[in-house]
Amino acid sequence: MQYIVEARGLTKTFGDIRAVDGISFHILPGECFGMLGPNGAGKTSTIRMSYGFSPMTAGSLRIFGHEVNGNWRDIKSRIGVCPQDNNLDPDLTVAENLELYAHYFEIPKEEARRRTKRLLEFISLEHRRDAKVTELSGGLMRRLVITRALINNPELLILDEPTTGLDPQSRHQVWERLEELRFRGLSTLLTTHYMDEASRLCDRLVIMDYGKILVEGKPADLIKTYVGRDVIEVAAPSRELQDFVVAQHMEHENLSHRLVIYTHEGEKNFREISTRFSNVGCTLRMASLEDVFLKLTGRGLRE
Amino acid sequence: MIALSPFTIAKRYLMSLQRNFVVYRKVWLTNALPNIMLPFFLFVSFGLGLNFLVGKFFYHGIEVSYVHYIAPAMISINVVFNAFFESTYSSYVRMDRQKTFDAMMATPLTMTEIMTGEILWGATKALIATAIMQAVISLFGLIQYPEGFLILPLAFLGGIAFSAFGLFFTGTLPTFEMVNLPVCLIVCPMCAVSGTFFPLQHMAPWLQWIAEALPLTHLVKITRAFSFGVMDAELWWSGAYLLVFCAIFFPLAVYVMRRRIMK
Ligand SMILES: Nc1ncnc2c1ncn2[C@@H]1O[C@H](COP(=O)(O)OP(=O)(O)OP(=O)(O)O)[C@@H](O)[C@H]1O
Ligand SMILES: [Mg+2]
Repeated sequence: MQYIVEARGLTKTFGDIRAVDGISFHILPGECFGMLGPNGAGKTSTIRMSYGFSPMTAGSLRIFGHEVNGNWRDIKSRIGVCPQDNNLDPDLTVAENLELYAHYFEIPKEEARRRTKRLLEFISLEHRRDAKVTELSGGLMRRLVITRALINNPELLILDEPTTGLDPQSRHQVWERLEELRFRGLSTLLTTHYMDEASRLCDRLVIMDYGKILVEGKPADLIKTYVGRDVIEVAAPSRELQDFVVAQHMEHENLSHRLVIYTHEGEKNFREISTRFSNVGCTLRMASLEDVFLKLTGRGLRE
Repeated sequence: MIALSPFTIAKRYLMSLQRNFVVYRKVWLTNALPNIMLPFFLFVSFGLGLNFLVGKFFYHGIEVSYVHYIAPAMISINVVFNAFFESTYSSYVRMDRQKTFDAMMATPLTMTEIMTGEILWGATKALIATAIMQAVISLFGLIQYPEGFLILPLAFLGGIAFSAFGLFFTGTLPTFEMVNLPVCLIVCPMCAVSGTFFPLQHMAPWLQWIAEALPLTHLVKITRAFSFGVMDAELWWSGAYLLVFCAIFFPLAVYVMRRRIMK
């Protein structure tokens, strides 16, 4: 099987900071591969190395089956990038931004115009085609950046927090579009801070912290392995309940004002806890990727 | 792999020039005028004003009036302003605030291509500005033709030199405000002492030495020769100086910009 991206011991340092600390991963054809991690985990640094923007400090990288060794032109012509920061051209209109970008890819004028039209429809922006990008709302700008990444019909789409700043409507629209693209076989590398987004879109993902990969797997498998099936949350738990949980060897996290219990027998435990202790502020829900994330990376703030 | 024509390859080096031109075209008048105004008013106030006080004198064996003398120098200063300001203030904004180069780096373009386009764009602005200014000055009958037409390609060469020089500072100065430093400490003094407003041969030797080391001195010498229509062999030295200056600062500017952007 040929990988779309294959990283071995990928490392990036900035002075003393090891932003990416020898990570290895691969992306399969047609797969949406997620990269999660707290602020400063090294996601953007990894992404920047994987489209040749940032030289790697150490390690090796194969993209589309070829070792990258300075010749990025062919590789870059097959990749679409949506960077973390919007870098649209503020001096140009929406359509001009796309057409100029197409020009950088040496797409002929006529074809560039066709693609621009089609993409603006795809992302429902055609009514703003002649607006200056500085007049767009933050959310619209973001959608335009995502759209711009598709202008060269890429084989690999790299999205660094594509939906940050989008309202729920636009986010759902972007998700649908991305699913449509995946259905057509597009491989994607995605970072996000939204766990629901990662669960929904990613076939496989890694969780990073301090430049290292902590775990890798399918979202559902990760949840099953690291958290279980259900989560019981109790607000303001009593002393007795806290002792009970410890005595019963239940896997839990005590956040002093809140008790989080991970379990495979949610309903049974929930009934027992809510009848024996208190049923106010006691909830049972399905375990989510967010639980895995918090459990593995801790609750302390970064940066 | 398709065979590449030289034209296709050349086009890649012009991408950022083209981008800037598209933006420039939108409000070309407000883009073209500001940098021309200062050299032009210098020309009007010094040239026409001092013309009566200074009287005529000899330059390389021909008798010239003061306005005649400084007209080519103002064309050269115009080149410096347009090229240098474009590749410092404007390129800095594109690099730092608009992230134009970051966006371009996510396309097949290379840093060398992008920066070549920036430098050539500064030179193109210098060329446009020269054409406008030269047209006005020619109305006063101060430029000898057909030799005067050579000023245009020369302005482009000078534009490359000063555009690359400016981009070198864009790639090295930590903040936007610091761009004022090379403007005040290098460009402005250079414009004063490069045989622009007064002939150098009457000055102290140390000042002459400094002037000979400055690129503007050589640009002014050649521009003056072209507008008076008097050429001599010494011009080859000045031309060679400008070429060497380009050959040093062009790759240096590309290098510092790459180092700065591709972290
Ligand atoms: N150009 C740079 N110079 C110095 N340090 C940098 C640079 N870019 C990133 N870093 C550092 O590298 C580390 C990883 O940063 P990176 O942007 O890759 O994190 P991230 O996972 O994308 O975070 P976020 O979720 O906030 O976007 C951080 O500690 C950051 O401060
Ligand atoms: Mg990031």
